Amino acid sequence: MRRLITWFGMVLGAAAFAAAAQQPLKIGFGMSLTGPLAGNGKAALIAMEIWKDDVNARGGILGRKVEFVYYDDQTSPSTVPSIYNKLLDVDKVDLVVSGYGTNVIAPAMPIMMRRNMMFMGLFGMNVNSKFDYDQYFQIMPSGPEPGIGWTKGYFETAMALEPKPKTIALVGADAEYPALALAGAREQVKRSGLKVVYDKSYPPNTVDFSPIVRAIGATHPDLVYVASYPPDSAGMIRAVNEVGLKTRMFGGGMVGTQFAALRTQLGPMLNGIVNYETYAPEVADKFPTLEAFLPKYQARAVKEGVDPLGYYLPPFAYAMMQVIEQAISATKGLDQAKLAQYMHGNEFDTVVGKVRFAGNGEWAIPRMLAVQYHDVAGNDLAQWKKPGRVTVLSPAEYKTGSVKTPYQ
Amino acid sequence: MEFSSALFLNAIVAGLLLGGFYAAVSVGVSISFGMLDVVNIAHPGFIILGSYIAFILSDRFGWDPIAVSLAVSPLFFLLGAVIYRIYYICFERRGQESLRGLAFFFGILFITEVALVLVFGVDYRMARTAYSDTTWRLGSVDFPLRLVVPFLVSLAMVLAVQAFLTRTFFGRAVLAVAQDPLALRLMGVRTLRVKEFAFALSIATAGIAGAFLIVIQPVQPSLGREYIGLVFAVCVLGGLGSIWGTLAGAFILGLAESFTSTFFGPSWAPAVSFGLLLGTLALRPSGLFGR
Repeated sequence: MRRLITWFGMVLGAAAFAAAAQQPLKIGFGMSLTGPLAGNGKAALIAMEIWKDDVNARGGILGRKVEFVYYDDQTSPSTVPSIYNKLLDVDKVDLVVSGYGTNVIAPAMPIMMRRNMMFMGLFGMNVNSKFDYDQYFQIMPSGPEPGIGWTKGYFETAMALEPKPKTIALVGADAEYPALALAGAREQVKRSGLKVVYDKSYPPNTVDFSPIVRAIGATHPDLVYVASYPPDSAGMIRAVNEVGLKTRMFGGGMVGTQFAALRTQLGPMLNGIVNYETYAPEVADKFPTLEAFLPKYQARAVKEGVDPLGYYLPPFAYAMMQVIEQAISATKGLDQAKLAQYMHGNEFDTVVGKVRFAGNGEWAIPRMLAVQYHDVAGNDLAQWKKPGRVTVLSPAEYKTGSVKTPYQ
Repeated sequence: MEFSSALFLNAIVAGLLLGGFYAAVSVGVSISFGMLDVVNIAHPGFIILGSYIAFILSDRFGWDPIAVSLAVSPLFFLLGAVIYRIYYICFERRGQESLRGLAFFFGILFITEVALVLVFGVDYRMARTAYSDTTWRLGSVDFPLRLVVPFLVSLAMVLAVQAFLTRTFFGRAVLAVAQDPLALRLMGVRTLRVKEFAFALSIATAGIAGAFLIVIQPVQPSLGREYIGLVFAVCVLGGLGSIWGTLAGAFILGLAESFTSTFFGPSWAPAVSFGLLLGTLALRPSGLFGR
C-alpha cells in the first residue's frame, strides 16, 4: 500500500511539474498604443511580437511558451504605476519590461525597486541616474553616461569644424526626455568651452515655432541644438525653413526624423540637419544581423499602419527581448536577482549587435550615430531605403563622410 | 538677444496668424458652450476628425485640404445635428445635462479618438499643399502661407458666422435662445430646432478648423485633448456667446504667446496667456465682450 502511495505521489508530482512547464511564461508591460508617442509604441510592439513568435516557434523559453500581457499607457506617465501594479498583482506576470520612452519608464521605477524586479527599459534617457537601481537595464545605445553619449556625435562633429564654433543655442520641449538631453548638451557645452546664447524650453503643445526660431536667430548662434518630440521636430524644422535661420549646424536630439512619417512629410526640408540615428542604410554592412529582422518587421508594419522603415526603435525592442531570453536560458530560471547578476556580467548577441551593460544598466560603450541628411528630393519614402541620403558623421568606426556647413 | 523692429513686427504677424487659427478652433465652442450652454468637450475631437477627413481626401485625390473641409462641412453639420438630437433626448430633456451630458461628450471624444486610431493608425499625418512650403516676405516680415491661408479662411468663416447670427432671422433666433429660451418657447418657437441648428453649425466649424490644423502641424488621433483648455480659455476670455469676443480672445492669446516666445521664453507663454485670462476675469467676470 505504502509503495502504491509513493508511486501515486511521484506520478502526481511529475504531472504537476509537467503542468508548470506548460504554463506560459508571462511578460507584462505598458506600451503607448495611443497618445503622442503611439507611433513608436506600436512599432516596438510589432518587434516584440515578432520576437515572441520566433521564440515560440523554437519551443519557447525553458520549455514554456511566451505570452504577453500589455496595456495601453496612453503615453501618459500617470497611467504607468497602476498598469505595473496590475501586471504584478492581478495578472501575476513572470517578468516585466518597460514601455517606450523616458516619460513612462521613470514612473515604473519605484515599483520595480520595491518589488526587486529586474527591469529592462526601452529607450529611457538616463533614468537610472535618479534611482541608482542595480537591477535596471536599458537597451538604447547611449552609453554609461547617457546624456553625454546621446549628444557626443553632434558635439564631436561641431567642435571639429574650422573655424571652431563659439556660440550655441539650446532649445527643447518641457518634457522628461528633452530636459535630460539638454542636460547632456549643457555638460558637453561646458567641456567644449562654447558660450550659450539661448537656452530655453517650450510647452509641448506649441503650435507655431517661428517666434522661437526668430528669437534664436536674433542671438546669432554658430550652433543650434534641439531636443524635441516628433510634432515639435516637424514644427521646428518648418519654422527654421520659413524664417531662414542662419547657423552652421542645426539639429542634435530631434525625435521623429528617424521615422517614415516625418521623412515623407518634410522631404527636402531635412537637408542639412545633423541629428542622431541608430541605423542608416549607408552602414548596413555594419549591422548584418538586421538583414533578417527588418523585412519581417516592415511586412507587418505596413499592414498595421506604423513606421514602415523600422530603423530606429523596432530592432532595439527585439534586442531587448533577446537579452532577456538569453539571460533566462543561461540562469535556467526567473530569479530576478540572478537575471540581473547575469546581465551585468555577460555579453549578449542581438539583432543590433553585441550588447554589454555598464554598472548603471546602460550600454557599456555608446553607439549613437550622428548623421547629416542631404540630397533629399521630393517626399517619397523609397529614397530612404537605399544609401545616398544620409552621411554618418560619428562614431569614427561608422563614419561615411564629413559634415557640410553652414546649415542654411 | 538683439531687439529689432523686425523681431517686433514678426511677433505681431505671427501672433495674429496664430490668433486667427485659435479663433477657428474656438468659434464652435463659443456657439455650443457660450450660446447653447452645452459643454461640448468633444469639440477638439471633431476638429481632429476634420483633420483626418481633409488629409485622406487631399492625399488621395490631390485636392486642397481646406477646400475639402469646406465641401464636407455639410456632413459635419448633419453629424452635429444627430449628436445634439441624441444629447437632447437622453439628457437635456430630462434635465440631466450638467454632469451626465459632460460624460456623454467625454465619451464621444474618447470614441472619436479610438475610431481614428483603428481606421487611420497612430502615425502623425500632415497635409501637403501647393502653398505649404512658400513664405512671402514683405521687407523683413515673413508671411508663411501655411499659416496665412488658414488665417484668411478662418477670418472669413468667423465673420460669416457673426453675419449669420446677427443678420438673419434664424441667426437672431439662435441669439434669442441663448438669452431666454423660455420666452422663445412661449412665443411658439421650436427651440429644439434652433438649438439643433446652432449646435450643428458649431460642429461644421470644427470640421473646417481641422483642415487648418493639419495644414499647420502634424496630427495624431489624441491631439485634440491638448486643445480642450485652449478653446474654452479663448471663449471665456472673449466673453461667452460673443463671436467678436472669441475673435478678440483668440488674437490676444495668439499675440501673448508670440510675444512671450519671442522676447521672454516660450515656456512662459501658457503662464502669460492664462494670467491674462485670470486678470481679465477678475476685472470683468463676463469676459471682454460678455454681457
